[in-house]
Amino acid sequence: MFEITISETEERFVCRDDQTVLAAMEKLGRRGIPIGCRGGGCGICRVQVLGKGEYRTLKMSRAQVSEADEAQGICLACKLIPQADLTVQPMGLLQKRAWADNPIPYSRPNLA
Amino acid sequence: MSFNGVLRPGHACLRVMEMGPALTHYVDYMGLIKMHEDSEGRVYLKAWDEHDCFSIVLREADAPGIDLMSFKVYGTSELDRLEAEVRNYGLTTERIKEGELWGCGHRVRFEIPSGHQIELYAEKEFVGNGLGDLNPDPWPEGLKGMKVYRFDHCLLYGPDIAKSADFFISALGFDITERVVTPDDQMAAVFLSCSNKAHDIAMIEHAEPGKLHHASFMLQTWEEVLHAADLMGMKGIPIDVGPTRHGITRGKTIYFFDPSGNRNEVFCGDYTWYPDRGPITWQAEEIGKAVFYHDRKLNENFMGVVT
Repeated sequence: MFEITISETEERFVCRDDQTVLAAMEKLGRRGIPIGCRGGGCGICRVQVLGKGEYRTLKMSRAQVSEADEAQGICLACKLIPQADLTVQPMGLLQKRAWADNPIPYSRPNLA
Repeated sequence: MSFNGVLRPGHACLRVMEMGPALTHYVDYMGLIKMHEDSEGRVYLKAWDEHDCFSIVLREADAPGIDLMSFKVYGTSELDRLEAEVRNYGLTTERIKEGELWGCGHRVRFEIPSGHQIELYAEKEFVGNGLGDLNPDPWPEGLKGMKVYRFDHCLLYGPDIAKSADFFISALGFDITERVVTPDDQMAAVFLSCSNKAHDIAMIEHAEPGKLHHASFMLQTWEEVLHAADLMGMKGIPIDVGPTRHGITRGKTIYFFDPSGNRNEVFCGDYTWYPDRGPITWQAEEIGKAVFYHDRKLNENFMGVVT
């Protein structure tokens, strides 16, 4: 059992070595990392593991996490399995993609 | 209404990151039937009450999402006519040869302004729904999981949905059934029908092109939606929202994710569309009620999470 710390909020919760960080957070009702598809596809739960964290990851969408990202400790929390205590920093992708922030160009279609 | 031109969504080709877990999800849990695997490793699935040989194609890739959505049209002369309509509208078309997808005739492919690959085709191998045409039983034995009846529609996210909707209306003969309009008269969401259904394709305005919000499958009763939700609890399938009701289309629904993060819906109970009524308009300030009728609040994940 390892301790996960969310860097900005200092939120802490425990996570088993066979469980993803996001699943552990969600099951304990904790907050700090946005929850998306939980399948490594949407990128909403992108985090950076700070320091020399020991962890493994399951398959993640290359559209969300590049090899260069991975080299910097960036991964998706729904596919992140700790092998030691970890500190992670959420990357805040959901804000960038939120509905309200999208520009909505419009020309009314011809309904005739 | 007499059916001609575009009949229905015929198939969607989805990308998954690992085929094994994807098949557990789509076949064992949702109840689609595995029909074929081709030499490229693509797997062809159909829902039990569909008559053509597939409606979903899964392809293993390093990122999830949708490759294309394809509509069946009523005969090869209609396909030729609609191909000309698409070109006259100003889109570039490409012919994909017969057999490129197993059991499917030639397809006409084009990209709409939202960045999605859309296709039309007229012919696909008929296999029936297993009940036959003579004194049939109402349902087949041996179905699995949620027992979805058919692939119903997709909700796509991308830019320029007003232009994309205009294309579906002007070139392909679709109707707008419902739309969400902002206070400054911009189209935020649009629901389009080529048939008697409340939607055959829907789109939401989004900066990134070519994204998938969900692929939807039809059930027939609220009890079946609850049964699907029970299976999600039983099998650990991540639920996004529901069971609940939509204001838009009136559908009773639950949203969940496949193991690669593609969102699925199972739903029942939308209304019957006829083109002699006008479209329903939802004001963007009432979007909570339009999307989730009971608690009348938008769920940030539901709006923002796409593959």
